[in-house]
Amino acid sequence: MKRVIIVLAVLFAAFSVFAASENALEIFSWWTGGGEEEGLLALFDLFHTYYPDIEIINAAVAGGAGTNAKAVLKTRMLGGNPPDSFQVHAGMELTDTYVIPGLMEPITFIYKELGILDKFPKDLLDIVSYKGEIYSVPVNVHRANVVFYNKKIAEEIGMKKEPTTWAEFLMYLDKAQQKGYIGLSLGDKNKWTSLHLFESIVLAELGPEKYNKLWKGETSFDDPAIKHALSVMKDLLKYVNSDHSALTWQDATRLVFEGKAFCNVMGDWAEGYLKTLGWKPGVEFGWFAVPGTQNAFMLVSDTFGLPKNAPHRENAIKWLKFLTTVEAQDTFNPIKGSIPARIDADKSKYDVYLQWSMNDFSTKSICPSIIHGSAAPEAFSTALMDAINKFVTEQDVNKAFKEILWIAEDNGYVAD
Amino acid sequence: MKKIFTYFFLILISLYILVPLYVLLATTFKPLQEIGISDMWKLPKDWSLSGFIKAFQKLGPNLKNSFYLTIPATIISAFIGSINGYVFSKVKFKYANLIFAIILFGMFIPYQSILFPLIRFLQSIKLYGTISGLILVHVVYGIPITTLIFRNYYSEVPNELVEASYMDGAGFFKTYTKVLFPISIPAFVVVIIWQFTNIWNEFLFAVTVTSSPDKQPVTVALVNLAGSQVVEWNVQMAGALLTALPTLVVYVLLGKYFIRGLLAGSVKG
Amino acid sequence: MRKKNLVIGISVVAPSIIAIAIFVYGFITWTLRVSFSNWNSFSALLRGEYKFVGLRNYIRLFQDTRFQTDLWNTLFFTLFFLFGSIALGIVMAILVDKGLKGSRLFQNLFLFPMAISFVVTGTVWSWIFAPGNLPNNPQGLNLLFQKLGLDNLMWGWYTSTDSLGHFNLALIPVIIAAVWQLSGYTMAMYLAGLRGIPNDIIEAAKVDGASEWKIFWRVKMPLLTPITLSALIILGHISLKIFDLVFAMTGSGPNFVTDVPAIYMFELTFRSNRYAMGSAIAIIMLLFVAIVIVPYLFSSMRGEKR
Repeated sequence: MKRVIIVLAVLFAAFSVFAASENALEIFSWWTGGGEEEGLLALFDLFHTYYPDIEIINAAVAGGAGTNAKAVLKTRMLGGNPPDSFQVHAGMELTDTYVIPGLMEPITFIYKELGILDKFPKDLLDIVSYKGEIYSVPVNVHRANVVFYNKKIAEEIGMKKEPTTWAEFLMYLDKAQQKGYIGLSLGDKNKWTSLHLFESIVLAELGPEKYNKLWKGETSFDDPAIKHALSVMKDLLKYVNSDHSALTWQDATRLVFEGKAFCNVMGDWAEGYLKTLGWKPGVEFGWFAVPGTQNAFMLVSDTFGLPKNAPHRENAIKWLKFLTTVEAQDTFNPIKGSIPARIDADKSKYDVYLQWSMNDFSTKSICPSIIHGSAAPEAFSTALMDAINKFVTEQDVNKAFKEILWIAEDNGYVAD
Repeated sequence: MKKIFTYFFLILISLYILVPLYVLLATTFKPLQEIGISDMWKLPKDWSLSGFIKAFQKLGPNLKNSFYLTIPATIISAFIGSINGYVFSKVKFKYANLIFAIILFGMFIPYQSILFPLIRFLQSIKLYGTISGLILVHVVYGIPITTLIFRNYYSEVPNELVEASYMDGAGFFKTYTKVLFPISIPAFVVVIIWQFTNIWNEFLFAVTVTSSPDKQPVTVALVNLAGSQVVEWNVQMAGALLTALPTLVVYVLLGKYFIRGLLAGSVKG
Repeated sequence: MRKKNLVIGISVVAPSIIAIAIFVYGFITWTLRVSFSNWNSFSALLRGEYKFVGLRNYIRLFQDTRFQTDLWNTLFFTLFFLFGSIALGIVMAILVDKGLKGSRLFQNLFLFPMAISFVVTGTVWSWIFAPGNLPNNPQGLNLLFQKLGLDNLMWGWYTSTDSLGHFNLALIPVIIAAVWQLSGYTMAMYLAGLRGIPNDIIEAAKVDGASEWKIFWRVKMPLLTPITLSALIILGHISLKIFDLVFAMTGSGPNFVTDVPAIYMFELTFRSNRYAMGSAIAIIMLLFVAIVIVPYLFSSMRGEKR
């Protein structure tokens, strides 16, 4: 009998622990290292100053740059137990995977309530919307179409002005190579970085307007500009390090840092990495938009949405409203090394590079990145990534172009 | 003369086998400053444990997970194998051999061919993403090999021993505990070592069944380490060493039984 | 009494039989079913509506250049891996069998790679074979070659996209790593086999004046045929489903030169959400293995009846 009572007592205690988490908020992300984790925790702390009674459960999953987390999330959504809110790339990654199958609640009402529809670039709100309703709150913004370069080498090869055309860029790459440096470092062991490079070239060739129309079915993929993008990439590949398939993106950025390579095309998380290695923006390294894309901002953005049947819906809404504030965004982004999605943020909190990025963000056209989940569904981007992987080796422009058309058609885009 | 020849080749082959071990150890014990690509083959100048300590910090929780996974799974699958082995070797029933062959086939299948349904199944019984789920997986898929090893072992035991026990009035289970179990120790050692090594080293199930870092076994954590932000090679190699250490220790201490397990699935034919 | 034990015996193994029935055969059937479906996106999975599309996924796979590369890679990897492991294993066994002083030590040394995870092996060899930026900044083994003055031995290893016909040279380092891992196994098998050869046969041959070499090829090897067969089967089936080693060591490689069906299956299922295609690859892998294993199992079982 005594045993039964003890068991019951334990069960009751356990149950009350569960019952106590009534006022909780489960936030799901893959921010588990470095500045990302720090930034997330700072956000939690700030959130607590407003809502001290809400218990935040940090359900972050590490590994594979989010691929593990995405797999876990799919499983949970499939099994009908969503977190209260989860990190997801702006655009198609959310729309195609969860909005279209009807698993998310529209949150346009949050923006309307707070009167902040004009505080975010219209292009960005467009990306996070589906059929007129907004489905997520962008928290941070990275720019993907950036070239980071080693200033010492730039001086050595006589680069006075940053290149704005392919011709100029190739000339400098050539000069660097003549002097024994790697022109453009690339690390595509994990395959995605070559698509990262290619999509910026496509952006340069098509121009932001046409590029954006591709995803809406208003422009065809069968455009000479895309074919030309492949030729440009082929030219660039002449100046790439021979062991690119054994390196990760960090290794490639590191080559620039070690003075072995002149430059590298990468999203501005590379800027954060260069800073952790000890460099200062504008001092040892410089940057410019990928030639031809000066008037476009290729966007990579993390956002949070509201899943249907969120266990603590009211708290989730509080979280989302919180994320839209300047205070929250200016807390998270300086730590993570990205810029806020709001255009009225406090610029003084950000370093020289990020300020440059923020200026462009509020003035230039915003374009969704393919490989970072914004422009197209995963099936398309992984297929394209494989096609570009082949192209890097085979360098057969006609063959690759045909494959791109086939992939586009296969995924419902216009290809004729 | 012939002896020199033999030793020469033995040493040559040993070099091949030892190269990765050398790289592993030399890199592990270098301090961060000495990790230069051009210094890869040099011995550490200042022997340092910093890489090892850092790796232990990063992989520590995952090492724990691996132990939580491997020890229960090994013990449970050893017992199941033992009792199954008893039946298949000492109890005569129709189609016993056929059924056994059907079970044995399970040892050879590519796990890819059952991976997706397995995940869905584990989700439906709420064991997905848990160590318990992974234990279940390894116990089930360990049935063929453990049964095989015990079956072979018990078939060497004279049937008369078992018959005598039955004559004395002992039932099925009594016979097991009084007669077979006491003499099964060698087989248990083989099975335990073999299962421990395999389950500890396994990657595919580990990476697909568990997905949050706090539940993942060390093999997955090692691969994640290799793909993570800053690549400090001394930490990477130290991590690899840590992952290999438990099974290496088992191998060094009980290698003889390890080899027996190795040969169980092959030479029998 | 006998009958009672029979009943108990069967009920004891019944759970195992049921478990295997579900977890092996049931799941295989499930995978087979999915491979015939249209579940190639997350939303299709969510909706759960099953649409039978016959062999469409299989046909697409065989038309897929990446999968074709995978098949060629599997063929050449298996070929050279089997040859390498068995050859080296035999050599190791012969050398160790001589029983010279220290043989025990060498034997144990040759076997230790088997105690290590494929993942560890892949990680370490990946670093050893990383080519560096040739020709000025070699790394790993290339660096060693440079230091020894063997510059012209430096090459791209697993970053190389060269091939001899359909044999991708980038597979060579992977094969070297795999042979490293498993040749000890072959050695153990042949050692056991060699020790099982009755001495009088060897003595008789010696009396007849046969040389050591002749004794080996004409007497020992034929007697070791069952071992060779076993080795081929066991290593063969491992080779057909290889995943961990390649995944940890090289991934798919540039232009998929080191890609294998297991990696493609993993990516399709767990990254691209194309479950039906992934399942089709899984079934194909199963068929490959079955072709090798089923006859083997049949003959062992029959051999036992005798």
